[in-house]
Amino acid sequence: MTNNTDRRGSLGLLARSPATLLAERMARVGELPSFTWLRKPETGMVMLRGRIGGDGARFNLGEATMTRCTLRLADGSVGVGTVRGRNARHAEMIALCDAMLQQPARAATIRMEVMNVLAQAEQERHARASADTAGSRVDFYTLVRGED
Amino acid sequence: MSIHQELDLAHMQAAFAAPVRDAQTCFRALLEGLARPGRIQRLADIPVPPAGLGAAQSAILLALADRDTPVWLPPVVRSAAAGAYLRFYCGCPLATRLADATFVVVSTLAGLPALYDLSLGDPEFPDRSATLLVEVASFDSGASLRLRGPGIADEAELRVADWSESATALVQENRRRVPLGVDIVLTCGDRLVGLPRTVHLTAEGMACM
Amino acid sequence: MYVAVKGGERAIAQSHVLLADARRGDAAVPELSIAQIRGQMRLAVARVMSEGALYDEDLAALAIKQAAGDLIEAIFLLRAYRTTLPRLADSEPIDTSRMRLSRRISAAFKDLPGGQILGPTYDYTQRLLDFSLMDESAEIGTADSGPSPNPVETTVAPRVTDLLDRQGLLESEACPAGDPPPPDLTREPLLFPVDRTARLQNLARGDEGFLLALGYSTQRGYSTTHPFAGEIRFGTVPVEVFVEELGFAVEIGEVELTECQLITGFEGGSEEAPRFTRGYGLSFGHSERKAMAMALVDRALRARELGEDTEQPANNEEFMLSHSDNVEASGFVQHLKLPHYVDFQTNLELLRRLREEWEANHGNTAAPAEPPAVPATMEAA
Repeated sequence: MTNNTDRRGSLGLLARSPATLLAERMARVGELPSFTWLRKPETGMVMLRGRIGGDGARFNLGEATMTRCTLRLADGSVGVGTVRGRNARHAEMIALCDAMLQQPARAATIRMEVMNVLAQAEQERHARASADTAGSRVDFYTLVRGED
Repeated sequence: MSIHQELDLAHMQAAFAAPVRDAQTCFRALLEGLARPGRIQRLADIPVPPAGLGAAQSAILLALADRDTPVWLPPVVRSAAAGAYLRFYCGCPLATRLADATFVVVSTLAGLPALYDLSLGDPEFPDRSATLLVEVASFDSGASLRLRGPGIADEAELRVADWSESATALVQENRRRVPLGVDIVLTCGDRLVGLPRTVHLTAEGMACM
Repeated sequence: MYVAVKGGERAIAQSHVLLADARRGDAAVPELSIAQIRGQMRLAVARVMSEGALYDEDLAALAIKQAAGDLIEAIFLLRAYRTTLPRLADSEPIDTSRMRLSRRISAAFKDLPGGQILGPTYDYTQRLLDFSLMDESAEIGTADSGPSPNPVETTVAPRVTDLLDRQGLLESEACPAGDPPPPDLTREPLLFPVDRTARLQNLARGDEGFLLALGYSTQRGYSTTHPFAGEIRFGTVPVEVFVEELGFAVEIGEVELTECQLITGFEGGSEEAPRFTRGYGLSFGHSERKAMAMALVDRALRARELGEDTEQPANNEEFMLSHSDNVEASGFVQHLKLPHYVDFQTNLELLRRLREEWEANHGNTAAPAEPPAVPATMEAA
């Protein structure tokens, strides 16, 4: 069992990554284990909360769609998939990766073939976006008003 | 209200096979039971309940409980598999005070709580009250109860093992508070009987309990 | 009084056919895809998500397509759809200081740590119609960042208000003791007076036009505040949800949000030194006008709390919050189209009686002898 910080980080990366990329990477993992559903993928809503002023009292901003599922592999490893939106297949792939990451025999492959690639792709997406955005950074300067 | 503790899912029992269909079937039976007080309804094809809950109790909670409905469980049941089972499948908070609970699970008639410890609704919203799910030993023996009221043509008869005078008193006091009050569902394995707040109940043969 | 009217099934079915035809328009023109609406009408999608109170770009795009671009109808469609979904969780509070910024400006502070980032904005366009967009084959150049001045460019920056806050010049939004869960207007009715947290939920889903007009009224003098745009930021933030079976919170993805921090003066009093106060706006997607109007109205609704005059419309909590929702407003206005035949008949008869009385009292010299010209079919309804 990985520790919670690792698991948390992996689940976040899996959820933030595009479902198409995740599917592509999982196709390279080889045969996926069979599993039983503890909770089949279900779509519902999560109430998004903000804070007044960014750091004050909590308030309800509005909801977002989300999909979740839970599955169990033959050896008892449990995988949880929770993702914003309505993509049941995405939630299932997250749960499968989550469960396999807890299996000593499979974890290394998943890290190499899936997690590392997703992390790299995310980094590149962010770098590209940041570079584009930073091009519009501006220094305003104030002209002295000719009042005297 | 959630307990910040990982659930043991490696040993989690299965719940409804087809959640939507099974919940609807269960809801229909419960509706029928509360609409026709005293008439026994049987829930077909329901999952094996977790330890501490009756099969019908568990199925009713799977169908009705969610994150907006705190469920009160007797302490021994709460700490056993049933607590984790309900948290996982229903996402319901487990109430620590009876008064906070929308559903109150009672394992034996002897464990019936006092009426005024329960949420009876308020005059503007009488529906914001608790529903009691009370497991009984048998519907085939024990005291004979006579029921009258809405949903009953003339009079219905029901037998409940281990029925007590205090149970009669609770149902009668509950009737006097209408439109406030709790709705009671007696369960026995996969069967249920509704005793809504509108039911008039008189007990006979208390001597044989 | 409501009386059921039956009939018209065939006409209604045909109306649906006509509606579908009208929505589709010229069949020789390719049909809009959801991906096109989502990608090329992102600001409409943002508005529908904000006021539909449901963050889902594809569903918002679908609603816009189905509503033929009528955004208030699209908002209604999204609100109706959300009622079919179960609520699975409440998110952990979103931390906007973790936002990966696409845009961030301040009209109050020139030199911000992290800098001013214009991002995609209409602010510096000249509002001249761009006829090159009429030519659909024309390729639009992608943003050219050129060689980045800093290879490890980061676009995360602290909120301006947090910086000012530290100097004690700005009121702080202290988190209340115990960090209580906020009221939820989707579960509990609006009962006055309302907590600021419930007000913000109402404003977040409120109509942009309504908030814009009433926010504008405060600037024109129908209130006493003079606001500065302390910071406006738009970008991407992670959403975290506590997962019961794990026992901890995980990120489930990201959302785009627009945040507006307005800063306004406050005179202080015998107990308090003068300081700046704040109005807050937060909305889905890129929606600056909405977030700014929300912040203006939020500040105006704090008048009572801050001991200011409360005579103007934008200071009136009950007036503002009861009329901000365009689904409710649209429903009540548009229900006038439904049959009111019996009500109208009653009014008609009352009017006739009053006229008879009036004529009896004033002599019938000037009154026409013939009955009022109402078609017989209307009377029969």
